[in-house]
Amino acid sequence: MTGTIFALATPPGRGAIAILRLSGPGTDAALIALGAGGLRPRVASLRDLAHDGRLVDQAIVLRFPAPNSYTGEDCAELHLHGGRAVVEAASEALTALGLRPADPGEFTRRAFENGRMDLAQAEAVADLIDAETTAQASQALGQLDGALSQTYAGFRRDLLTALALVEAEIDFPDEDVPDNLARSARPVLDRLILDLMTALADARRGERVRAGYRIVLIGETNAGKSSLFNALVAREAAIVTPIAGTTRDVLDADLVIGGYAVTLSDTAGLRDSDDPVEAEGVRRARARAEAADLRLWIRSPDDPEGDAAGFAQPDDLLVLTKADIGTAWAVGAFEALAVSTATGAGLGDLRNWIAARLARDLSGTDFPAVTRERHRLRLTEALTAVEAGRAALDIAPEMAGEDLRRAAEALARVTGAIGVEDILGEVFSTFCIGK
Amino acid sequence: MGRFCPMCPPMKGFDVIVIGGGHAGCEAAAASARAGARTVLLTQKLETIGEMSCNPAIGGLGKGHLVREIDAMDGLMARLGDTAGIQFRLLNRSKGAAVRGPRSQIDRRLYREAMQAELARTPNLSLQAGTAERLILDGARVVGVMTGEGIELRAGAVVLTTGTFLNGVIHKGDQRIPAGRHGEAPSTGVAADLYGAGLQMGRLKTGTPARLDGRTIAWDRLEMQEADAEPVPFSFLTDQIVVPQIACGVTHTTGATHRIIADNLGDSAVYGGHLSGRGPRYCPSIEDKVVRFADKASHQIFLEPEGLDDPTVYPNGISTSVSDATQSAFLRTIPGLEAVEVFRFGYAIEYDYVDPRALTPALEVKKRPGLYLAGQINGTTGYEEAGAQGLLAGLNAARAAAGSGPIILGRDQAYIGVMVDDLVTRGVTEPYRMFTSRAEYRLTLRADNADQRLTPLAIEAGIVSSTRRNAFESKAAELARATALVRNQTFTPKEAVAIGIAVNADGQRRSIRDLLAFPGIDLRRFTAAYPAIAGWSAQVREQVEIDAAYAGYLDRQASDAAALRHEEALALPVDLDYAAIGSLSNEVREKLTLVQPRTLGQAGRIEGMTPGALTALLSHVKKAKVAA
Repeated sequence: MTGTIFALATPPGRGAIAILRLSGPGTDAALIALGAGGLRPRVASLRDLAHDGRLVDQAIVLRFPAPNSYTGEDCAELHLHGGRAVVEAASEALTALGLRPADPGEFTRRAFENGRMDLAQAEAVADLIDAETTAQASQALGQLDGALSQTYAGFRRDLLTALALVEAEIDFPDEDVPDNLARSARPVLDRLILDLMTALADARRGERVRAGYRIVLIGETNAGKSSLFNALVAREAAIVTPIAGTTRDVLDADLVIGGYAVTLSDTAGLRDSDDPVEAEGVRRARARAEAADLRLWIRSPDDPEGDAAGFAQPDDLLVLTKADIGTAWAVGAFEALAVSTATGAGLGDLRNWIAARLARDLSGTDFPAVTRERHRLRLTEALTAVEAGRAALDIAPEMAGEDLRRAAEALARVTGAIGVEDILGEVFSTFCIGK
Repeated sequence: MGRFCPMCPPMKGFDVIVIGGGHAGCEAAAASARAGARTVLLTQKLETIGEMSCNPAIGGLGKGHLVREIDAMDGLMARLGDTAGIQFRLLNRSKGAAVRGPRSQIDRRLYREAMQAELARTPNLSLQAGTAERLILDGARVVGVMTGEGIELRAGAVVLTTGTFLNGVIHKGDQRIPAGRHGEAPSTGVAADLYGAGLQMGRLKTGTPARLDGRTIAWDRLEMQEADAEPVPFSFLTDQIVVPQIACGVTHTTGATHRIIADNLGDSAVYGGHLSGRGPRYCPSIEDKVVRFADKASHQIFLEPEGLDDPTVYPNGISTSVSDATQSAFLRTIPGLEAVEVFRFGYAIEYDYVDPRALTPALEVKKRPGLYLAGQINGTTGYEEAGAQGLLAGLNAARAAAGSGPIILGRDQAYIGVMVDDLVTRGVTEPYRMFTSRAEYRLTLRADNADQRLTPLAIEAGIVSSTRRNAFESKAAELARATALVRNQTFTPKEAVAIGIAVNADGQRRSIRDLLAFPGIDLRRFTAAYPAIAGWSAQVREQVEIDAAYAGYLDRQASDAAALRHEEALALPVDLDYAAIGSLSNEVREKLTLVQPRTLGQAGRIEGMTPGALTALLSHVKKAKVAA
């Protein structure tokens, strides 16, 4: 119940605005660090929030100095643009500044302790808090995609196994148990450390959310890539001419679709060329296409079947352009949408399709940014503790036990608590203890 | 919760009545008397006071910690154990101080005699033979006891420590014998009172092995386990163990043993389906071991002599409830026991216990003010667990009778606090036994520092003899000086390297405490620079070194403990009507009503508690504060 906390005060997911609420003694320092210093109390101010030299968002910021705030502590609200990427970036910035995601009910709890809430209000929020807790638990274990949920269950199992070995060595030295039980936990902890590291790396997803999801337009020369690029970016970012091979380098545009940050890239048409500049453009297009999260394979009615087929991957989308002048060949294995940048037909559908894909790839779940940030913190804390525990196995099992207990506490919200009865149950079912 | 009760001064000259002369009863009576209460110990037979009815040993992991805590509060078990211990062994000697557990085999006769002599000479305490027929009530309040002999004893508080006497039934083969301890009649009168109070009761079982005639054991063919060469006493006041030390035998079951047991499982009271009580997971009978660990070819048995001049041997590890004939048969398949004769066969006993969630953390029955329960009646097992509860219950009964508030120990203060909090908050589903893993502040709650944790509090409560007080205070003063020195005197990296400690040349000054955490470094390294260290007692040197070894962990535990105390400071009203609080699920409401947590912290430890429910409770904390 100490420290400075933050939480999303608006429903997770898409919305025009997302409000992050801060409370605790470090609130003002955090605002200043984000570039929102010198705010008058309770007056909405527009500020560019930045962290590490990068713009997080242009936001409305309100500051509520203690004691006239929701919790009675120093509080602030960041009214951000809705969307996961922005909330994620802001959450990460706050965490980096030493704040932590609030536990369920923590704001209310503080409000109480500071006499800011009456009984009726308390009971009303109590329901909400339990709902929130349940939601978090099911997010952690249920609604996550199966693989992640299994990973988390694996953490718990490994930690319980290791704890049981360590505790059995400590509490039952006079019993008929094998020697050096604590040390035999080492392989289990090695695996757990690796698994925690892998989960923390969670590289693609985290990076995609932070840096933007990469969508690359590929296709034959003059298939209409640049026209589509301009239509999606909604400004004349790419030079569009009827001459094949106009786009010789890769053009990038950052945009937001469905609340997610996206980097959209227009590439050179894929054809062999003697022109060294164009050849280099094609090489870059290929490299960019390979590294992309999603490729839109652009085909026009007059395209021959060409190189793009070799780059498109089964999950990609085939976009049939110039729908106003004819119909391109669909390619059996690919999902396809017909659009016309000239008439605007199909562009709405395309945006919706991309938004759905983003939701699938970037959340895969209904997993709000703040919760994810909380999990990341817990996993990091657990990893540190497990590493310390592994190192302590040789020195003193009781120190290892203490480290692993701390890891179990860190993981409790993510994996379900490991109580002493769980540990004893594991010990007694594994070893015949009975003097 | 302090309450002064002008209506209940003792009418027969007693402040506290303790019923039961087992380990809980003895500590309760002695603590009550030390606290200044005129106390009577009522027990069926004076000559069985202090009897070790199961295995004659005290201590171990967790249990040894409890014994040290009893001692730190000037209880009896440790001091008497030191006069009767015949095989002292410090368990986990090779591990860190926090998980070393003192243990000893006990000479049953020596212990019993020492206990009876100790109680006989305890001021304020009288011993009375008799049974407790029923409790005398004034409304819900317990104000005395009617004995089976028709004597009405009145007192400000009553401590009930009747062990497995509540509806006890002995099972052996197909025999069912209503009984308490072996050879004693079961107690049913007071049981009726407890049932009448509407307390939730449960049923547990435990077992005991056969007692063997040691003269018929082939000791020369057995591996022997010796006592420690330098016995570590239980009590802070004992300098040296003078009782002769013996060795125990070690043997094991065989395939033939397991076959006989497997073939006669139907003969077992437990596997024959005659028992309904729940046994512990950790102390399965030999039948359990054979069934549940069928892949184990043999199980270890310790042959523990019950006394220096007593031929009785307790075979630890083979408690059983099969018939006498089957016991005889399987015993003789065990190496060394081929010709063994049995003094008394093993049996299982089933008994009622009071769901300890009916108790306050002072061990008082919520529905029966003035009545305190301690020991097996609360669902625990073990002399140490019983004694520790007895001490706390006796102390609090005496305080209640005098109109003082209760003493409650926190989870961050004592194993006793952990145990009582576990009992009254979470209840039990099997006989509760202490393990160090139950203590989340294990590195802080060590056997070696029990005096530092608890003796000041016991001095404050007025239950410590002047001998102990003087010994403690001089040690505490020496320790304070030593602690100040190792924390305040610092070394530059260069200075540290000069005395052979390889630290990084990072410009950081390090205290002696910091440097002691380096591998292989002890206080001797610093005696040249600080000659005063050479004059410190062994006890103080040890404390300083242990504190340094665990330094990082201890500091973290201290901050955790501060958070715990914050929660524990948020008191819930005693009469809180949980039915009237909105937004609690039925399950949570029922549990809260049963436990009636004293603080928000305790509420949070109730199984199935939710953050929302805690938030709702918090408002009542605030209300109570405003009202206070």
